[in-house]
Amino acid sequence: MTTMIRTKATVSFFVLAIAISGSGSGCARKSENTITLAGSTAFQPFAEKLAEQYLETHTDVRVNVQGGGSAVGVQAALAGSAQIGMADLLTLPEEAKTLTPTVVARDGIALVVHPKNALAELSATQARSVFTGEINNWKDLGGADAPIRIISREEGSGTRRSFQELVLGDSKLSPNALFQNSNGTIREAVASNPDAIGYLSIGLVNDRVKSISYAGVVASNENVKNGTYPLARPIFLLTKGEQSPMVREFIDFVMADASQRVLEKEGLIPAK
Amino acid sequence: MDKLVSRLLLLAACSSAAILALIALFIFKEGVPIMARSGLGAFLLGRDWSPLQGQFGILPFIIGSLCITLGALLIGVPLGVACAVYLAEFSSPRWVNILKPAIELLAGIPSVVYGFLGVMWLAPLIRIRLGGPGLSILAASCVLAIMTLPTIVSISIDALQAVPKSYKQGSLALGATEWQTVWRVLFPAARAGILAGVILGMGRAIGETMAVIMISGNSTAIPHSALDSVRTLTANIAIEMGYATGEHRQALFATGVILFFFIMILNGAALRFARRKF
Repeated sequence: MTTMIRTKATVSFFVLAIAISGSGSGCARKSENTITLAGSTAFQPFAEKLAEQYLETHTDVRVNVQGGGSAVGVQAALAGSAQIGMADLLTLPEEAKTLTPTVVARDGIALVVHPKNALAELSATQARSVFTGEINNWKDLGGADAPIRIISREEGSGTRRSFQELVLGDSKLSPNALFQNSNGTIREAVASNPDAIGYLSIGLVNDRVKSISYAGVVASNENVKNGTYPLARPIFLLTKGEQSPMVREFIDFVMADASQRVLEKEGLIPAK
Repeated sequence: MDKLVSRLLLLAACSSAAILALIALFIFKEGVPIMARSGLGAFLLGRDWSPLQGQFGILPFIIGSLCITLGALLIGVPLGVACAVYLAEFSSPRWVNILKPAIELLAGIPSVVYGFLGVMWLAPLIRIRLGGPGLSILAASCVLAIMTLPTIVSISIDALQAVPKSYKQGSLALGATEWQTVWRVLFPAARAGILAGVILGMGRAIGETMAVIMISGNSTAIPHSALDSVRTLTANIAIEMGYATGEHRQALFATGVILFFFIMILNGAALRFARRKF
């Protein structure tokens, strides 16, 4: 008898637990005046900053900024779980064709080495050979006899995808590459290894690492703006279908001169 | 009243089991389809992990997890067991009062701190002294060895102290030295408990994520030496989870399924040893 009661209690608890977990997804109800942005972690801090300023003049609206990565930005916009998806991709994936993209800014990618490394520049072909592992010793580039340690972002990151398209093309990244999962940790890994080479957002380069020229052009926001530095990617805000007035107003705010100046001051390249 | 309380307690006790069951259910539901689609053999023994090209081979990560864990045990077990023997048998109470809390405190340090120390200090040391990229199996093993010490030491001490005093007294009375007593009598008697401690430490090492991501370099290639960089199963999930969608995401859940089996086997083994007193 006791066993039966026990079994019953266990079973009913399981049912209860499943019921609770099942109803969880239904709870995500959206309030009428909330704008949700989700996606690119590269743009997230900037979006948060702009949202904060937006709220100063629009007290009746709530703006909710979530991360998750560019892929999540596309998915969230498609599924409608966010009104605005954020993505920092060179080309949007096939499934994003139905979304309306707005380029709000651009972000350059700099090649970086250790400050003690004498290398000042890589041609496009050299850069590709280094990152595919074809050239694997610094002496082949006129440096010391030491192996080249590639430090890359992980597969799926927006920076990595753009870098792949711009620098590697159809070639594959060297299988010996090490991986770090953010711009900041790439910088630390390169700063702590004299043999390392990596890539990260131009805005995040500081004096712990040395940025080198690519194809004869110095990596700087000015050169991205005037079109001479080729390693840059657009940052998209993605919306699905007809934009609601509230969403359109927010995107207009992001595109307004004052907001674009803010983005520029924080290290991005304005869209206009 | 008694009955009501006992039912309530039963409910509380079942809740943790239910949560485990739900987690398992969820991981399997998400992860098993992709394993079935690409074939279990291709998934487990595939050497190429390029999720965006649809290649899901996790052999390098399985090897990575095993190498780092084995390395951690090679360093951590002798150190931990030696420490436990000293504290349980040889040391004066004063030293026990200093050393034991210190070792237990190791368990309270967040793993990101271990990882940070590994990146800033241990990895450059290995790179300069021994070569390689520095962020390597060796670096991760050293750090994990320290992280498993509290588990190994405290369970080994309990096991050694659980050996009846008469064993030790009998051995000493027969003229054996203290070291002979430890080596020939106490060790065999406490073997099961010490093994349980080692296996639980191993579980900690295999499941550790944050510190390992920071110091193992996360390369997707199969390592050739202890100085090569590797990626573990846990690191693979944590690094790519933020971006993964569709099949890629399922493949990460499938990695979780494999990890789940690893941990189940280890904990099962630990339980068996722990039950077998003497």
